Amino acid sequence: MALTQDEVLDGIKEIVVDVAGVDPSKIEMTKSFNEDLDVDSLSMVEVVVAAEEKFNVKIPDDAVTQMATVGDAVNYIVSASK
Amino acid sequence: MEITNAAPLRNAAILSVGAHRPERVVPNSELVERIDSSDEWIQQRTGIRTRHWAGPEESVVDMAATAAKIALDRAGLAITDIDSIIFATITYPFQMPSAATELAERLGIARVAAFDIGAACAGFSYALGLANDMIRSGSANIVLVVGGEKISDFLDLDDRATSFIFADGAGAVIVGASAHVALGPTVMGSDIENRGAITMEPSWLDYRPGAQTPATTWPVIHQEGQKVFRWAVYEIAKVGHQIIEKAGLTPADIHAFIPHQANERIIDSLTKSMDLSDSVIVARDIRTTGNTSAASIPLAMDTLLKEHPHLHGKNALLVGFGAGLVYSGQVVELPPLPKVRN
Repeated sequence: MALTQDEVLDGIKEIVVDVAGVDPSKIEMTKSFNEDLDVDSLSMVEVVVAAEEKFNVKIPDDAVTQMATVGDAVNYIVSASK
Repeated sequence: MEITNAAPLRNAAILSVGAHRPERVVPNSELVERIDSSDEWIQQRTGIRTRHWAGPEESVVDMAATAAKIALDRAGLAITDIDSIIFATITYPFQMPSAATELAERLGIARVAAFDIGAACAGFSYALGLANDMIRSGSANIVLVVGGEKISDFLDLDDRATSFIFADGAGAVIVGASAHVALGPTVMGSDIENRGAITMEPSWLDYRPGAQTPATTWPVIHQEGQKVFRWAVYEIAKVGHQIIEKAGLTPADIHAFIPHQANERIIDSLTKSMDLSDSVIVARDIRTTGNTSAASIPLAMDTLLKEHPHLHGKNALLVGFGAGLVYSGQVVELPPLPKVRN
């Protein structure tokens, strides 16, 4: 089932808060996981694993390496859910 | 005539645990220069502060013999009580005869069943499952299960993915018959799609004269860290739930969690996704022991029981996972208070 951008962003926020303890108000589409939110590559793997479960999508390793910002992840999941 | 098995099905228990770490403590600071890293980075990525590496004078069987004798004393048993030895290792430097037979020779026991198993970091959990089934079926009465590794012999100190992770040590448990079920059923399996994620290469054949792809280096461990991390946090959490369910328990019945000590970040993630109670004590021996592959679970068990003596006789969830990729685990009743203090 196709997901909306807002639905995915809300879900990603929950995951990032849970995995990396980030202040939810800081999590916006333009923010870089690594530079702005201090989500390192191992935490990113945990975020991806949790997102696959939550949104029932597959996110291959090479897609993960392209996900610099929250928006990159949200848009990937939105199109993968279609 | 039909084949018969006169032995009734029995239950098994871990009677004792023993551990040995080599004397030399290697801090992160000793390794960082060659990999252009820092103590802080290693701690943040793995939780490891220090590890033990054995010198040339101490072999993997030396370490195993020390751990085995400690475990035997704690069980109040004699060396001659052992009828089987299972040795889990990937770093015994001979293809044959096995490390288990060298250990039998060292301990001075003849005629025991003795064999090695190769299931890398899941080796101890596989071996413990085998010991349980051997006791249960009547094939053995007292099994010495050893996980021992001298990985420092097979490390590339210039490899930023592995040099600071792996370490040396040996842990042993004595498994014997029990009046009640003190060793739960084993859950084991593999994920062959990720077979190349952890390897020790090159092949022996690459050292032969005229080899097609001649070896230029000694065989060392290679690891695709993120691939393994992803597999571990995703698959092993599910395996953990299966293990608890197969033992007829719920997460609330678990008092201690002793996963293979691969990386503290994996341990954190598994702990979170296992729905274990907040009072569950989680083994984090990796901080000062590093990843000792097949030795990590018994080493961590020993540390946990020293730090938390009330856990003797309590339920612990064990799960091993590693190169293959393979996994194995079981719920166990931790061994009772030792018969002797050593």
